[in-house]
Amino acid sequence: MSIWEYANPVKFMRTSGAALPFVVAGAALCTVVGLVWGFLTPLDYKQGSTVKIIFLHVPAALMAINIWLMMLVASLIWLIRRHHVSALAAKAAAPVGAVMTLIALMTGAIWGQPMWGTWWEWDPRLTSFLVLFLFYLGYMALWGAVEDADSAADLTGVLCLVGSVFAILSRYAVNFWNQGLHQGASLSLAPGERMSAVYRYPLYLTMLGFFLLFLALLLIRTRTEIRRRRLAALLARENRR
Amino acid sequence: MKSLLIRDLRLATRAGGGFGLALAFFLIVCTLVPFGVGPEGGQLARIAPGILWVGALLACLLSLDRIFALDFEDGSLDLLATAPLPLEGAVAVKALAHWLTTGLPLVLFAPLLGVLLHLPGPAYPWLLASLLLGTPALSMLGAFGAAVTVGLRRGGLLLSLLVLPLYVPTLIFGAEAVRRGASGADPVTPLVFLAAITLAVLALVPFASAAALRVNLR
Repeated sequence: MSIWEYANPVKFMRTSGAALPFVVAGAALCTVVGLVWGFLTPLDYKQGSTVKIIFLHVPAALMAINIWLMMLVASLIWLIRRHHVSALAAKAAAPVGAVMTLIALMTGAIWGQPMWGTWWEWDPRLTSFLVLFLFYLGYMALWGAVEDADSAADLTGVLCLVGSVFAILSRYAVNFWNQGLHQGASLSLAPGERMSAVYRYPLYLTMLGFFLLFLALLLIRTRTEIRRRRLAALLARENRR
Repeated sequence: MKSLLIRDLRLATRAGGGFGLALAFFLIVCTLVPFGVGPEGGQLARIAPGILWVGALLACLLSLDRIFALDFEDGSLDLLATAPLPLEGAVAVKALAHWLTTGLPLVLFAPLLGVLLHLPGPAYPWLLASLLLGTPALSMLGAFGAAVTVGLRRGGLLLSLLVLPLYVPTLIFGAEAVRRGASGADPVTPLVFLAAITLAVLALVPFASAAALRVNLR
C-alpha cells in the first residue's frame, strides 16, 4: 500500500469516487458552519463589522498559495515519474487556485476600502498576489493552447517550476520595493499578537472548510479530466475502425 | 557555438530580420508617454526611470517569438537538437544573439531617450548599468517563453502572457536602481540584486528552455 497506487487511474477513480461524498459533505459542513459562526461573532472594537470578511479572505488567500504549491508537487511527480493522474490533478487545480486568488484579491479590496481608505494599494502582499494570479492565468492558457496532451503536461510542468521560482522571487522583490499596509502573519502563535479566540476558532473552521472545498473540487475536476481522457481514447479507437 | 552565433546575428541583421524593430518600438513608446502624461519636466523626470525600463522590456518582448519560430518552421531546430552541441548551449547562444541584436542596442539607445524624458543627470550611469545587467535576463527568460510556445498557433500572445510575470523581479530592481540614482540615493543594493537575478537566470533557465524545446520537437 503506497501512494503510488493512486497513479493508476482505475484505482484513483474507485477511491476518489468513494471518498467524494464525504469530502463534499465535510466541505459544506465546515464552510457553512464556519461562515455562519463567523457572521455571528461580535463586532471588532476598531474595525466594526468589516472584520467578518476575514472568514473569506484568509482561507481563500491560504488556499491560493497552497494550491500553487500542490500544482508544483504534482508537476514534479509528473515530470519525474510520469503518472498521468498527477498531471491531470495539476491541470484540474489551476482554475480553482485562480478563483481563490481572485476571491482573496476582491475581498481584500472590499475590506481595504473602509479600513485603509483605498481599494488597491501597491503593497507587497497585494502585488505578489496579483503576480500569482497572472501566473495562474498563464498556466491555464498554456494548458488550453497545446493540443497534444502529454506535451501540454510537460510544458505546463516546466512552466510551473520556473513560475514557482519567480513567484517567490517577486514576493520578496516587492518587499524591497514598497513597505505596505498589510500586516504580517495573520495567524501568529505569539500570545500577544494572536487574535482573540472569538475570531480564531471560526477562522480555523473556515480554513478547514476551504481546504475540503478545494479537495472536493479537485477530485471532481480530476475525475472529469480522466473521463475526458478516456472519452478521447474511445473516440480515437472508434475512428480508427 | 560561434558559428551558430554568427549565423543568428547575420539572419537578424539582414533585411526582414526584424533588427531595429525593437529599437523603433522603444523610441515610439518613450515618445508617446509625454503625450499621455503632459509635457511638464518635473513629472516626466519622476517617471522617466520606470518608463525607460518598461519601454525596454516591451521592446524586448516584441522580438521574442523570432528566437525559435523561424528555425522551428524550416527544421533547422531539429538539426540543432541532434547536433553535438547540447541543446542548452544552443538555447544560450540564441538568447545571446537576441540580446546582441535587441538588448544591447536598447541599452545604448536608452540614454538618448532619457534626455527626451528629462531624466536627471546623475541617473545616466545607473540607467546604463542597470539595463546592461538586466537585459540579458530579459533575453534569457524570453528564450524560455519562446521555447515553450514555439509549436503553437497564436503563440505570440501566449508568449507575452507567460513571460511578463517572469519579468517582474528584474523590472523592480532595474527601475529601482535608476530611481535611486536619479534621486541621489545609493543604487548599489538593487543593482546587486539585479545582477544576482541575471546570473541565476543565465545559469539555470537554459535547462528549462531546452527541456521545453525537446518537448516541442517530439
